[in-house]
Amino acid sequence: MGDKTDVWQGTLALMVLKTLQTMGPLHGYGIARRIEQTSGNLLSLNYGTLYPALLKLEQEGSIASAWGVSDNHRKAKFYRLTRAGRKQLEKEARDWEQAAAIVARFLAEQQA
Amino acid sequence: MKWLRAWMLRLSGVFSKRRREREFAAELESHLEMHIDDNLRAGMPLAEARRQAILSLGGVEQTKQSYRERGTMPSIEGILQDLRFAGRQLIKNPGFCCTTIFVMALGMGACVAVFAFVDATLIKPLPYWQPNRLVNVTERVAMIPRANLSYPDYLDWKSRNHVLSSLAVWGQQGYLLSTPSGVQEVTGGRVSDGFFATLGVAPLMGRDFYKGEDLPSAPHTVILSYAGWQKWFGGRPQVIGQEVTLSGDAYTIVGVLPQSFQFARAGNPPFWTTLHAKGQCDLRRGCHDLIGVGRLRDGVSVQNADAEMKAIAAQLEQQYPDSNRGQGAIVEPLREVLIGEIRPMVLVLLAGAGLLLLIGCVNGSSLLLVRSESRRREIAVRGALGASQARLVRQFVTEGLVLVVAGAAVGLVCAHVLLRVLLGFISKEMLPYTPYSGGLSIDPRALVFAGALSLFCLTIFSLAPALRFRNSTDLREGLAQDTRTATGRVWRRFASNLVVVELTLAVVLLAAAGLLGKSLYRLLHVDIGFLPDHMATMQVTLPSNYATDTEKVALTRQIVTRVTSLPGVKSAGLTTRIPVSFNGDTTWIRFVGRPYHGEHNEVNERQVSSDFLKTLHARLLRGRYFTDAEDASKPRVVIINETLARKYFPDEDPIGKVIGDNDLSSKSLEQIIGVVADVREGLLDDDIWPAIYEPFNQGPDDSFTLLARTGQSEESLLPAMVDAIHQVDRGIAVSDEQTMQQRIDNSLSAYMHRTAAWLIGGFALLALVLGAVGLYGVISYSVSQRTREIGVRMALGAQRRELYQLVMTEAGRLTAIGIVAGLIGAVVAGLLMRAVLFGVPAWDVSTLLTVAAVLAASALLASYLPARRAVSVNPVEALRAE
Repeated sequence: MGDKTDVWQGTLALMVLKTLQTMGPLHGYGIARRIEQTSGNLLSLNYGTLYPALLKLEQEGSIASAWGVSDNHRKAKFYRLTRAGRKQLEKEARDWEQAAAIVARFLAEQQA
Repeated sequence: MKWLRAWMLRLSGVFSKRRREREFAAELESHLEMHIDDNLRAGMPLAEARRQAILSLGGVEQTKQSYRERGTMPSIEGILQDLRFAGRQLIKNPGFCCTTIFVMALGMGACVAVFAFVDATLIKPLPYWQPNRLVNVTERVAMIPRANLSYPDYLDWKSRNHVLSSLAVWGQQGYLLSTPSGVQEVTGGRVSDGFFATLGVAPLMGRDFYKGEDLPSAPHTVILSYAGWQKWFGGRPQVIGQEVTLSGDAYTIVGVLPQSFQFARAGNPPFWTTLHAKGQCDLRRGCHDLIGVGRLRDGVSVQNADAEMKAIAAQLEQQYPDSNRGQGAIVEPLREVLIGEIRPMVLVLLAGAGLLLLIGCVNGSSLLLVRSESRRREIAVRGALGASQARLVRQFVTEGLVLVVAGAAVGLVCAHVLLRVLLGFISKEMLPYTPYSGGLSIDPRALVFAGALSLFCLTIFSLAPALRFRNSTDLREGLAQDTRTATGRVWRRFASNLVVVELTLAVVLLAAAGLLGKSLYRLLHVDIGFLPDHMATMQVTLPSNYATDTEKVALTRQIVTRVTSLPGVKSAGLTTRIPVSFNGDTTWIRFVGRPYHGEHNEVNERQVSSDFLKTLHARLLRGRYFTDAEDASKPRVVIINETLARKYFPDEDPIGKVIGDNDLSSKSLEQIIGVVADVREGLLDDDIWPAIYEPFNQGPDDSFTLLARTGQSEESLLPAMVDAIHQVDRGIAVSDEQTMQQRIDNSLSAYMHRTAAWLIGGFALLALVLGAVGLYGVISYSVSQRTREIGVRMALGAQRRELYQLVMTEAGRLTAIGIVAGLIGAVVAGLLMRAVLFGVPAWDVSTLLTVAAVLAASALLASYLPARRAVSVNPVEALRAE
């Protein structure tokens, strides 16, 4: 499996929200797989940590859940983004881009 | 906002746990299935597919646990768990549980009830505007530190002072009021025009008295109290402008006072009229029947005001030496005058209740200790399994909390009952004079107090076990097999200290109760100079149509004759002021044939009928009683009491000597014809003052107290006497019908001493029981710990006596320490409460010895029971024990 990076603290929520925005309503397993794929299998995601994170987002009102049927006809709980979640995603994405830009500039300076 | 929403959901999650668990289990299930499907599709065998799915999840149970923790509040979860556990523990030990709650509730109830009392009397502000600026302003003479004020002096004080923004006076007067049930005498307030304005009280309806409305020229007006308005006018708003007839005069109602208004010193009268200075007393500078109340000017202290009033009084002394010689002044905070007398008593009660609560807490906490001791292993196991110190302590705090909350709830019920009992001690006649007559209940302030007490108890309750399990080595010992003796010893020392504290406090309370009880006994058995039994008494007021002295004398003769002829009545008499009521109604006397320098010889003055002293069964020491025939047509005569004789005639026979007023005016001269042993005119704990008894027939009054001695039940005589009086004239008002014994028992001093003695006595009894129970607990535990030792001793041939000795020595040591410490505390407590003791010193040896004996006996009993159990141990079984 090779070297994999752990999920950084606080970024899991952002990934979940972004995944739900791109993919539409999705179940927990789907979200986990999607995050792994998007990272190009470079991220080591402990699936078990996903569920408390989902619960936290749901408690905060960023996502909502409902039972439904999966593609391969399994009963599964589907999560979808709420309006508040969309807003949170925008804000967190902006914050993250800003932080990343700052760090990137630092690194650029060091190299120069 | 987001976090708040999440927090609320987690909080509610505490209660929806089961449903969420089920749902998550299903979600996890579907997750695994989907993952396994994918793995199978990727070509894995089923077992491997499943293993990989679970691995990438990081464990099913672990996932569930972290999900669970996010779903609820772990801390609250824990607390609920603790609560449930505490509840189970307590229910499993109903005896322990009930005892602790009972003990707590008693202490708590006593404290809260007494607090309500203290709050109503000492803490709550008076219901006036800026009550701290109000002062009591009166004259002061050598014999009476807080005397009354005369009307002319009041006028001078008012116009000359610069320290009071306003000064008003009030007095009381009986008025005859025609009611459907006949003529009644009702005591009303009599005030100067600015009285209510000075207090800062505005009428609920109508108007206040205007300036000058207290002058004789002004029309008669009256302001009703709220209670009077409700009682006589049913609270109808149309009363303003209506007329009422008081003692034959028409008064216009001009106002109604608010419900919150009270003026207990005047007995909260149902109505207030203005002074209208007139007659014998008001216009005379030497006649004092008013009391001043003033409001301090801004920036003026009570001391300044006192100094200025004293200076004005000194000026008046110079100006009017005849009437004002020796008449000083005193200005004190109004509040001090209202509560000064009862404060020491109330504080004693509060201290007593506090001690009881403390004993309750100590007892409760030692009970908790005993239990924690028997749970040592359980706690050690929990500690070993990883329960943190904090978690273990929290368990104890939670158990304490359950007990305290239950105790407080029961305690509030106790407090309510106790308050009823406290109020029950107050007689109907005295109630209007108590500052708390209106509101004495478990109000929010008392509830806050109860809350604070609970917190205090909780601290004590949780402190002991928490300290006990402070160090972890102890936990390890708890797990080990045979460390019983070592830890047992530590525990025994701790619990023994608690028991000593309990016994000490019990001794203090017992001694206090003993001293108060003895005070009460001394007070009720003080020599009053007459026989109080079998006497019926009542206040009689003649209507105004008997204007002349001759008419009054004739009427009272008729009344006395008729009452005397009632079946069972042995004799009847009357006096202007009944004994055991108060020192006052004084006059100044001067002796014919002695040098005089203007001094005031102040003596109690009573006008009495010829049979009055005989009816009392007072003892005539010299001379004779006067006769009914000695009226205005005969030479004036007087009987003096023994104190007067001793004070003014130390070396001579007073019989035949002549006394008179300060001017020796001819009409005041009267000859001493008899000396009577002191009759107590003042309250039971007041001093005996010199007194003179003059024939009622030589100076009759409109109002007097009639009393009759009977051979039968005096209580049943009361209505017959009222009927007899009304047969003479239906217009005569009769009030305040009581037996002499009731009057004495209900008098203020008797009431205060009785309340204190009973309450502290009750507290002390409980303290004794609690102390004994505590001792019993410790000794029993000690015996149970030493069962094997005792068995060994028996097997080796120890005698029963020696075994008794073994156990009793330990108990005796604790008791002895407790008694000695307690006796020291008792003397200190006695000194602190000297103010409420009567005729008993703080170090009253017989009381202290009795207390020590009672405690020792109870302790003996409490330790005998476990000792007997120890001795009856079967040595074989004892040796096998554990």
